[in-house]
Amino acid sequence: MTDTAQRNSTARKWPEGGVTRVPAWIYSDPDIFAREMEVFHYGKTWNFVGLDCEVAEPGSFKRSWVGERAVIVTRDLDGEIHVVENRCAHRGALLCWKNRGQAREITCPYHHWSYNLKGDLMGLPFLRGAQGKGGMPRDFDKSKNGLTRLRVARRGGTIWASYSDEVPPLEEYLGPEILMRLDRLVSRRPLRLLGYSRQIVKSNWKLYWENSRDPYHATLMHPFLSTFGILRTDGDYHSVPLKEGRHEYTYSQYDPELKNRSTEASKQIKSIRSDLEIKDKEVVTSVVDEFRDGMMGAFQVFPTVLVQQYFNCLVVRHVIPKGPGAHELSWTYFGYEGDDETINRLRLKQSNLVGPAGFVSLEDSEVLALMQPVVESCPESVQVLEMGGHGTEAQDTMMTETLIRAFYDFYRREMGL
Amino acid sequence: MSEGGKTREMTKQPEPASAAAITRAELREFYDDYAACLDAEALEEFPAFFTEDALYRVISRENFDDGLEHATMYCLGRAMIEDRATATLKAALYQPRSLRHFISGVRIVGAEGDEVRAEANFLIVESLLESEPELLMVGRYLDRVVREDGRLKFRERTCVYDNYRIRTTLVIPV
Repeated sequence: MTDTAQRNSTARKWPEGGVTRVPAWIYSDPDIFAREMEVFHYGKTWNFVGLDCEVAEPGSFKRSWVGERAVIVTRDLDGEIHVVENRCAHRGALLCWKNRGQAREITCPYHHWSYNLKGDLMGLPFLRGAQGKGGMPRDFDKSKNGLTRLRVARRGGTIWASYSDEVPPLEEYLGPEILMRLDRLVSRRPLRLLGYSRQIVKSNWKLYWENSRDPYHATLMHPFLSTFGILRTDGDYHSVPLKEGRHEYTYSQYDPELKNRSTEASKQIKSIRSDLEIKDKEVVTSVVDEFRDGMMGAFQVFPTVLVQQYFNCLVVRHVIPKGPGAHELSWTYFGYEGDDETINRLRLKQSNLVGPAGFVSLEDSEVLALMQPVVESCPESVQVLEMGGHGTEAQDTMMTETLIRAFYDFYRREMGL
Repeated sequence: MSEGGKTREMTKQPEPASAAAITRAELREFYDDYAACLDAEALEEFPAFFTEDALYRVISRENFDDGLEHATMYCLGRAMIEDRATATLKAALYQPRSLRHFISGVRIVGAEGDEVRAEANFLIVESLLESEPELLMVGRYLDRVVREDGRLKFRERTCVYDNYRIRTTLVIPV
């Protein structure tokens, strides 16, 4: 960090109005971004890195990311899961070039230093040189030159990693409300990987983070929801911040009769068109209520994922920051071992709802990609967050920005802003 | 419908005869019409390129090569293709765009019963406001094509894209 940058960063002052105001510079300032990575992703957090069904067999690996850093999730030959940086301890070359696969060891393509799946350095060529010349010094200690290892925690079929020795255990970090919702989706049965969709969106990661904490926009910006009666502002809906604003969950009770009702709220939504019908109803209905609770919802675990269930479509949205002005969304769709043909078909069909081409998600990326140049051009401008009042408490409505306020309440404390 | 009758008759014939029923030149014309429909964003005409029981999907090479079924767009049956078209035209919000589809390397790679298996490369260039045209997607079409009432139709069109990730969004079908 240069001296000038340091001065600018420390000179940043949050505008008047507390959590009801957000300054636009938090979406573009490179020093703020660098601090976020240190404080959050590389700090006292648990980062989602993958599902255990992605590394199902002993001797398998997958790539993932913690903040901007590439990591490898491995399952060693004893079946244990590890997370190591995808960076050779020697010269920093990228070790693993494939997204997923089988391996007994990890060998760097550059100088062939090789590591076991735990990240221990097992060997390197010409350790003792050649013809009595060169080689590593006698005191070179292989045991001190392994890959950087992250702490690993697992819950049901999910895998989490942390750089911090101080972060509380995962269960405590998540808290009982998130644990219950996570377990509902990932702990009752072994998971089965259905596949990925990936997209790059040129907007700051927090714009996306707020977006999935923002039920106010849902029925307005996503006309699909109101048009086909999946979710309406007049339905039963809960917005609940958790852990001092760190995490959150939202849920609604699916109401099949909603579409046929016209209410005061529905009349305010310009995008409602009651003349439209979905021809294949399997895409937008709970044909199989597999959790037997009629619930649909999503929750966020700071700072990496939104876990979502839309009828039978189960998906983890992994938000991977790519510098201050971009983020990748890595969508991992899953089901369960032993899923029959019907439920598998429903999952595949309903996955049209979310993802880069999702009926109720493509608008998010469209709007946010166009928003980034605007916030960059007016860094001193200030955004307004007063829907649902000024507080950060749980609310039983979609017409609220309480979850975003709660997030910035947490964010400002952690960032010292 | 003499041609339809011919096709039905040919289902009883051995494979080489069926393959001869649909020529490479015909396929090229069919693919060009399909591309023109999408370039014009005439999505109301899009479902007519498919049979009633068609499978249409846009899937990443990553998933396809790994045998993973999830597809970024997944339509099982023409009803779902119609829903995709309607939802995009009537219930979606996206910035205005111009798309150009470039299809090349059209080949018939096999035949089975009344259908031919065909492949082609696609390249889609997207132009948005205030930015230079950019490559939106590149990949392969893996198709099963049949003749129905004298017209060629897709019984399956699997669009396998090479892009590691999609830039911003995928709005218009591939």
